[in-house]
Amino acid sequence: MNLGGLGARGLLLYAGFAIVLLLVGLWQGPTSVALILAQALAYSLLALGLNIQFGYGGLFNFGIMGFVMVGGFATVFVSAERNDAFWVSDGPLLLGRAALAFAAGALLVWGARHVDRLGIRGAGRGVCVVLAWVVGYVVYRSQIDPAAASIEATSGWVGGLGLNPVLGWAFGGVLAGIIAFIVGRIALGLRTDYLAIATIGIAEIIRALIKNMDWLTRGTLTVTPLPWPTPRPQELQAIGVGIQESFTYARLGFAAVVAIVLVAVFILISRAYRAPWGRMMRAIRDNHIAAASMGKNVTARQLEIFVLGSILMGVSGAILATFNQIFDPGGYLQVNHNFLIWVMVIVGGAGNNWGTLLGALLIYLVWVISDPASQFLLNNLSDWASSLGWGTIPEIDSRASQMRVFVLGIVICLVLRYAPRGLLPEVIRRSD
Amino acid sequence: MDELIFFINKVMVPGLVTGSVYALGAIGVTLIFAILRFAHFAHGDMMTFGAFLSYVLAGILAGMGVVLPIPLGFAVLPVAMVGTALLALGIDKAFYAPLRQRGARPVTLLIASIGVTMMMQGLIRLFFGSGNRDFFGATEVKELYRIPGSIIGGSRPIVLTEPQVLMFAVTLVAILAVHYFLTTTRLGKAMRAMADNSALAQVSGINTQLVVVVTWIIGGALAALAGTMLALDVNLRPDLAFNIVLPIFAAAIVGGLGNSYGAIAGGMLIGFTEALAVFNWTAVLRPLGEALNVALPANLAIVPTEYKLTVAFVILVITLLVRPTGIFKGLES
Repeated sequence: MNLGGLGARGLLLYAGFAIVLLLVGLWQGPTSVALILAQALAYSLLALGLNIQFGYGGLFNFGIMGFVMVGGFATVFVSAERNDAFWVSDGPLLLGRAALAFAAGALLVWGARHVDRLGIRGAGRGVCVVLAWVVGYVVYRSQIDPAAASIEATSGWVGGLGLNPVLGWAFGGVLAGIIAFIVGRIALGLRTDYLAIATIGIAEIIRALIKNMDWLTRGTLTVTPLPWPTPRPQELQAIGVGIQESFTYARLGFAAVVAIVLVAVFILISRAYRAPWGRMMRAIRDNHIAAASMGKNVTARQLEIFVLGSILMGVSGAILATFNQIFDPGGYLQVNHNFLIWVMVIVGGAGNNWGTLLGALLIYLVWVISDPASQFLLNNLSDWASSLGWGTIPEIDSRASQMRVFVLGIVICLVLRYAPRGLLPEVIRRSD
Repeated sequence: MDELIFFINKVMVPGLVTGSVYALGAIGVTLIFAILRFAHFAHGDMMTFGAFLSYVLAGILAGMGVVLPIPLGFAVLPVAMVGTALLALGIDKAFYAPLRQRGARPVTLLIASIGVTMMMQGLIRLFFGSGNRDFFGATEVKELYRIPGSIIGGSRPIVLTEPQVLMFAVTLVAILAVHYFLTTTRLGKAMRAMADNSALAQVSGINTQLVVVVTWIIGGALAALAGTMLALDVNLRPDLAFNIVLPIFAAAIVGGLGNSYGAIAGGMLIGFTEALAVFNWTAVLRPLGEALNVALPANLAIVPTEYKLTVAFVILVITLLVRPTGIFKGLES
């Protein structure tokens, strides 16, 4: 493994992180540390995905939340319990017809886009494309609406396949990759601010779809519980492990599986960074015009890196949903599943995998600890105020949980101002 | 003509309300983009801040026993606008100006504005909690105006609320004021010159620092205006404007980023499209259905109601694909 991006400074920072984690363990107990560790590792994978897109390729993907949700849905679809009521109803038939209608609509749009071969050009072609979209939409809606209503009325939702959750993680990656391919094809021509806003808009569209397609995702009714690839706390308790320990061991077991995925991905992408492929990506990032003039296919390479990063995001979204044992489309927020990841990568050091990993672990710890820390602070402040006769602070719990958003905001602003390249900046070597 | 009145009540009025809020927000976003060349993400939370400032000021007035014929939240608007403009200047000085002086790329400023957005969200929730508040509490009543439908031959009235009428009025005034400022005053012309070419504006002796200050003042004041009017119309929540900051960006981009007239048009376009998209056509087409003897389905909306906010994003994506510079030509990023 290349330790080039780590360096003495990195070792020191990682050692510091380990000490802080230890102190948190002494304060909050091992069960909390196991929880933080498992989630922090999953978020690290997410941050590495963004590091590929932004650090290697310079792409401003602010649609992370969309891919995380797609991953979460994928693991629900693969690993949730089978809903036999659906498979014996006429739901599959109705859905098959809706799929046919969708295919017909897609074919129509594709055909309309190619009417120039029949000699219809310019405005005529535009009219054809718009008409095809309208007709395709109406045809699809005419099939999917009754299908959705019928499924929701008779069997609730489609249900899962009841397979191993690891397959769900893989499916999350595949699904996110496919969606990223489509998104990339349409949006990657835009630069910087425009790309950021377009991807955030697309993520919101994905969220609206997943949240409201109750027949497929169960929407805001949420799906729970989801199976784990490792023994769950309840299963450990069944063989006689104490309640507190069962949570610690189960979470550590889960964290170990995530760590295996993370290490494999880390080694692969670090090798890719040093390979000619990585060098080419940095060349495109730093000056895409120069890279294009050297014969690199900028559009195709950017699409490639966008899809790769999004696959990682899909996988980690699936891992997160599995770990939480619940898929709640209403629980996905721009702050938690988009801005947080950006803070991780920028604080850690975009372009440096060691930095990104450190940033992810550190920021996740800060994010989680901010809540009890500010609660502690507010409680003391409240006691102090009441001892002075000013009265207590109301609703400390709900107020304290908002402090972490503030902390995150101030961290990113300080880092941008005083250490714009992050804690562990990318090492630029001129010789390789 | 009850169908027409139904259409006015369900599409024209809500469309104009949403469109006004989007337009006021989008003017600020687009001016900031024109002068500073970055997408100011914290604009939504500046709107929320302005609304909360109005709320606090109105509460103080009510506590002093002041009773006015207009809603107190509306009466304190000038003060709230000044306060929010000062906040915008402070944020610029503390967070954006140092980055600009370092020569940071515009997208770094975009990320910094996300940081500012998170700080403001955290602080607003810290001080005000996360619950809903209403300007019209115990002391004031939200007045309803019923315009009799008989003037266009219907039996039901057209219903408007007091905040809606005020909103239409102030939006019109604000748009005219911005237009007057940009076209006739020296500073407004300097602003347009800087938007076109900031280097050339600087060598021509335009005080670019002053233009930046004025940009933040206008942006902040309009944000407070939009936020307060929105909060008066619905109610006041900590996520009041964060939810609509993306539709506002969509409005600014659809109109062409950097083009303030485009922002107004884009805001209105998106506001009306949202209202139209979820409008149930069955109610209007019923006479036609009866005439043709066709049974219409109960719900004939173009998209289901829960996708209302998604409409803005779809328009945004289509615009970016088909005509990235917007309907009116905008600026390059």
